[in-house]
Amino acid sequence: MTIRIFVPRDAAALALGAERVAKALASEIEARGIDATIVRNGSRGLHWLEPMIEVETSEGRIAYGPVKASDVASLLDAGLATGGNHALCLGKTEQLPFLKSQTRLTFARCGIVDPLSLSDYRAHDGLKGLERAVTLTPADIVAHVTESGLRGRGGAGFPTGIKWKTVLDTPGGRKYIVCNADEGDSGTFADRMIMEGDPFVLIEGMAIAGIATGATKGFVYIRSEYPHAIATMTQAVEIAHKAGVLGTSVLGSAHAFDIEIRTGAGAYVCGEETALLNSLEGKRGIVRAKPPLPAHKGLFDCPTVINNVISLASVPIIMDKGPVYFKDFGMGRSRGTIPIQIAGNVKHRGLYEAAFGLTLGQIVDDIGGGTASGRPVKAVQVGGPLGAYFPRALFDTPFDYEAFAAKDGLIGHAGIVVFDDTADMLKQARFAMEFCAVESCGKCTPCRIGSTRGVEVADKIAQGIEPEKNRELLADLCNTMKFGSLCALGGFTPYPVTSAMTHFPDDFRPVPLVEAAE
Amino acid sequence: MNLHVSSRDIGERTLDIVSGMKSLEGPLLPILHEIQAEFGYVPQEALPIIARELNLSRAEVHGVVTFYHDYRDHPAGRHVLKLCRAEACQSMGGDQLAERVKTLLGIDFHQTTLDGAVTLEPVYCLGLCSAAPAAMLDGEVHGRLDADAVDGLVAEVRA
Repeated sequence: MTIRIFVPRDAAALALGAERVAKALASEIEARGIDATIVRNGSRGLHWLEPMIEVETSEGRIAYGPVKASDVASLLDAGLATGGNHALCLGKTEQLPFLKSQTRLTFARCGIVDPLSLSDYRAHDGLKGLERAVTLTPADIVAHVTESGLRGRGGAGFPTGIKWKTVLDTPGGRKYIVCNADEGDSGTFADRMIMEGDPFVLIEGMAIAGIATGATKGFVYIRSEYPHAIATMTQAVEIAHKAGVLGTSVLGSAHAFDIEIRTGAGAYVCGEETALLNSLEGKRGIVRAKPPLPAHKGLFDCPTVINNVISLASVPIIMDKGPVYFKDFGMGRSRGTIPIQIAGNVKHRGLYEAAFGLTLGQIVDDIGGGTASGRPVKAVQVGGPLGAYFPRALFDTPFDYEAFAAKDGLIGHAGIVVFDDTADMLKQARFAMEFCAVESCGKCTPCRIGSTRGVEVADKIAQGIEPEKNRELLADLCNTMKFGSLCALGGFTPYPVTSAMTHFPDDFRPVPLVEAAE
Repeated sequence: MNLHVSSRDIGERTLDIVSGMKSLEGPLLPILHEIQAEFGYVPQEALPIIARELNLSRAEVHGVVTFYHDYRDHPAGRHVLKLCRAEACQSMGGDQLAERVKTLLGIDFHQTTLDGAVTLEPVYCLGLCSAAPAAMLDGEVHGRLDADAVDGLVAEVRA
């Protein structure tokens, strides 16, 4: 029987040399006459072990990593094809503690299947949600999603079912499903991983959304920084179309639904839903005032569902296993699972899907294993560049929308970036303002002007110019931006700045240069 | 990609691209991407043609082109090196690596070396935050960079 060896095609694995490993493996297999085939899977999410290759054996998959192209010959010498022992052997993949302790609902197939094999997808429970959906009325589908408690995974946490119901109830000859794949937050890569590792789950989720709301056209707006995701999604849409999953008759039903992939153009603010809609329409990515809500007047003024990748990719399993199954995971009003992206200066970097409720300390210390540098953790930024910096003192905060809000933070898209004690929090606060200035769409004054003034004030503090007065000024500026900005870019930039000032006040009292010289 | 094209060629090719894509819903961004793929930048000469064909004002097209970081108004170097400047890469020493690259190339961000070999650009997140610090060279991704690795990238673009 032909042996299957898995070498990931995920961009993180490629960045660490997976392509060279795959090439070396292919030529060695041929030279040695081994009856094996290489499957280019998504990533399992253990990125510190990438490129992590796996071989299928009668006892399950055996993992090896991190593998370099130069390791391939010795791996085959050691009997890689039959799961032989080697210094890089990690054992059975499913038994690796980082994977074993996860609850993989949305990422159930990621890293396991060939991303572009629809038969693989079907063999691993794919399309069951959509098959169920075509037998239900739109109102029933919406009721399922509402009951599951699913909230927008892009960061705002708005109940997905309510959004869908609004679009369903809004009359309109033409409606749209727009998938926000403009994943610009530093520390986040869950959208990228699912699009590269299990694209059909997103397609299935969008088709279900279409049937549920009466929309017949979907757009996936993917940022241009993700060329691999764009390529995989484009191919997957073609395959789905040919197989009748998309098209004039979705899975042979009376419903029509089609998807078009669109590429962003390097503007972070287009991750904001109304700016994204303008960008799709071919306009500058300027934020729109709400109301009207996109659900009433969205893309081309038509009723539009705009959801994050992970929100849509979570729908198939809700439709397949039922809302209660999903709802049973989690805590408080945060139901289901959340793919936590552990990044930055941390030992075990990667994607960890779990029910809501783990504490930040469990994530950073137990799962993440502390810093990569071996130095003490100083701060953890949760929720991207607009998320707050958390000190160790707040490590007991559970991963839950409301619990983070209560500590003046946010979960956002569930990315966490760990910093060791060499981090200068004044510098990080300045960067938050600088980033906002670079990426502001310019529509509202607090964001456009405030961010630039913020950089200047931070510089004055760093230079020791009237520090007391300037710290007050910075706090006041943050207040104006928070309450006066039109969207989350200007409105949330104060989170990293204020949290840095509150939790790390010493960094905002630099020793004046004159004294230091003495 | 041909960098030596006359204004007339630009006009004809732009018209071809616009004609082929204007039936898309919201065609402007896909058209601009295609034009940049064709010429390596978005030539000024292309703007009035796009405006006319899409029934937009030239100011509207100009406004869109200049809003997005991706669109260039002049050709880039033979190679484009994008260094991630966002927080996850900062936490793993990305700032120091950026300084090293700038010194090695003798240019700052948004600049091209005098020999036209490489354009250096900042990028705010490549989604490789678990493999920080990260970079993209001509569309190829590189992660877990250290001083040796960036020296290698610089040598590659200099060759």
